Amino acid sequence: MSEPLLSIRGLRAKVEGEDAEILRGVDLDLQRGEVHALMGPNGSGKSTLAKVIAGHPAYEVTAGEILFEGEDVLELEPDERSRAGIFLAFQYPAEIPGVSIANFLRTAVNSRLDEGEEMDVFGFQRTLAEKMEMLKMDPGFATRYVNDGFSGGEKKRNEILQMAVLRPALGVLDETDSGLDIDALKVVARGVNRLSEADEALGVLLITHYKRILNYIQPDIVHVMMAGRIAESGGASLADKLEAEGYDWLQQTAAV
Amino acid sequence: MPQNETITGLGLDEYKYGFVTEDQPVFKAVPGLSGDIVRQISHHKEEPEWMLDFRLKALDVYYSKPMPKWGGDLSKLEDTLDEIYFYLKPQDQMERSWDDVPQEIKDTFEKLGIPEAERKALAGVGAQYESEMVYHSLKEQWEEQGVIFESIEDGLAKHPELFRQYFSTVVPTHDNKFAALNSAVWSGGSFVYIPKGVKVEIPLQAYFRVNAERMGQFERTLIICEEGAEAHYIEGCTAPVYSTDSFHSGVIEIVVKKGARFRYTTIQNWSNNMYNLVTQRALVHEDAKMEWLDGNLGSKLTMKYPSCFLVGERAHGEILSIAYAGDGQHQDTGGKVIHAAPHTTSQITSKSISKGLGRSSYRGLCKVYDGAEGAKSNVECDALLLDEQSRTDTYPYIEIDENTASIGHEATVSKVGDEQLFYLMSRGLDEAEAMAMIVRGFIEPVARELPLEYAIELNRLIELEMEGSVG
Ligand SMILES: Nc1ncnc2c1ncn2[C@@H]1O[C@H](COP(=O)(O)OP(=O)(O)O)[C@@H](O)[C@H]1O
Ligand SMILES: [Mg+2]
Repeated sequence: MSEPLLSIRGLRAKVEGEDAEILRGVDLDLQRGEVHALMGPNGSGKSTLAKVIAGHPAYEVTAGEILFEGEDVLELEPDERSRAGIFLAFQYPAEIPGVSIANFLRTAVNSRLDEGEEMDVFGFQRTLAEKMEMLKMDPGFATRYVNDGFSGGEKKRNEILQMAVLRPALGVLDETDSGLDIDALKVVARGVNRLSEADEALGVLLITHYKRILNYIQPDIVHVMMAGRIAESGGASLADKLEAEGYDWLQQTAAV
Repeated sequence: MPQNETITGLGLDEYKYGFVTEDQPVFKAVPGLSGDIVRQISHHKEEPEWMLDFRLKALDVYYSKPMPKWGGDLSKLEDTLDEIYFYLKPQDQMERSWDDVPQEIKDTFEKLGIPEAERKALAGVGAQYESEMVYHSLKEQWEEQGVIFESIEDGLAKHPELFRQYFSTVVPTHDNKFAALNSAVWSGGSFVYIPKGVKVEIPLQAYFRVNAERMGQFERTLIICEEGAEAHYIEGCTAPVYSTDSFHSGVIEIVVKKGARFRYTTIQNWSNNMYNLVTQRALVHEDAKMEWLDGNLGSKLTMKYPSCFLVGERAHGEILSIAYAGDGQHQDTGGKVIHAAPHTTSQITSKSISKGLGRSSYRGLCKVYDGAEGAKSNVECDALLLDEQSRTDTYPYIEIDENTASIGHEATVSKVGDEQLFYLMSRGLDEAEAMAMIVRGFIEPVARELPLEYAIELNRLIELEMEGSVG
């Protein structure tokens, strides 16, 4: 099994019913156990890529493919992709009033069980408590309604909590760092690192436009997205260069 | 023997209790309404003279009042009223023990889960079938403390003075056309009396079921909660599916005396051809508290606005309602609070869900009389639309004659959002599960106030209604 965990080939996508392409030929290979950072200016298509990977119905894929563990996932519904092991930590998570985090996560864990399989309720509760502690969350948090009235930081933490409980094979983290103060950022980064340690095959695609989080989560590869394409890929030092010089030097590559 | 028993897998707007039990009524009046029908009803019930007079006068009031032009579409109701049976007596006498109830009726109630509920040791259970109560019991413990929980007929027969003292004092005959109709032809319902200071800790429970085709149901419930007493009454209603329209028009009168607390909970799940026009009103005295918890599912048209008349200082009224309007259904619901004394407070929380061509409207009245110093009222209505076609409206009426009153009103309309669905699905829930979870979350503030088995039932009924709503 040497195929990449995630392999994206010539991916083009647009908003359903509109003409302008947002993704204009994305290629990306992510191996098991790797952490990739995806950087790039606002509006370059990073979130769109993340949502297309997770199967958001607002986008139409016009060309290319997304292989996950060697399987084409483009025909799969978002829930099927989730159960297959793809997880998206949202840049802007939706609010679900009236539904507690515990109830929501229990349902999500249940959806992964085979027909007739019983959920281990105590095991679930233990895991949830453990992961919340790891993320320095108050135990009462589990009874709060999903994202309802959460601060920006609480929403981001809640996303990582879900990832920790659902244990995906691939985590796509869309700007999980934005809106976090430095202490919260460290907690979240440590949480992600712990998940990587616990599961050496875990792949992470870390979307950010600040280098800051990369001080705490070491990427194996850094990509830069410009106008719907990966304009440049390199080692961790690429992030330093972007920080020092900005994105201007890449404009030419992107214009091709 | 039950027919149409297979009710699973029909999909859209399927009606869970849509089975029919063959009935062998002891007495069935001819269809339509007349003074003769009213006399027959009164005669069969062996009522005192004053009640017959009361009924006949009410009939005149009914004839003299025009059909309401507001609320829902009642234009076809007159035709329906010509066709329906106004009275049907299902069996000779009221049963005391479950074993004595005839098999067909038992079958029906078995399906509704009543005996189970009874076994769970509820404080009391009354079950009404067609027009009258067929089964009823009250735990001895409460009986000894003087609690009365009877059919309305037995209430009148056994406690005539008490009955007459309060009957029709909360909802007078001329209040509205349907209150007048009910006053003329009422049959069935409960009579409840909670003596001073008695706190009944477990709910008193009643069930109504309309089984016969073209049957009108006009139950009348009278509840008196004496000073410092506390109780909770729960009522559930169902009717099977028939091709012709049916009619339900109940009147519920409640008196909550000084310092008493009373809660009245209804979960109604009618078939889609039922007109459901109910008048529910409570008179709330000094320091007393009244809560209406009202769940409305099904029916062709429901017009229902539980009211609290806050007549004593610091009286408090709460109305918490949830309505689900599926295809072809109109739920016109809300609440009324009348502040007629100083420092009275009220809260109306109304939640509605509309699907497909379903329509839900909130209609509420908040009135504060001059002199009701420091009265406070807050209204919150939230509508959830499950798709593009469904619709919702709000009609808040606010009349304030007191300048120290403070009134809040907040209305929100939300559509189940693609982003919410995607979010839940991205965690592994399929579309139907995701939709159901959003709806469950929406009704949570109501469901949490219900006893557990009712909360589960409410969720289940709504999920059943929603089946096939995702494509
Ligand atoms: N659902 C959408 N509807 C309309 N335009 C969209 C939608 N999603 C993304 N876009 C547009 O696509 C471009 C890329 O957006 P996005 O993927 O959010 O960028 P990034 O995450 O890199 O900031 C932007 O111009 C944005 O306005
Ligand atoms: Mg983005």
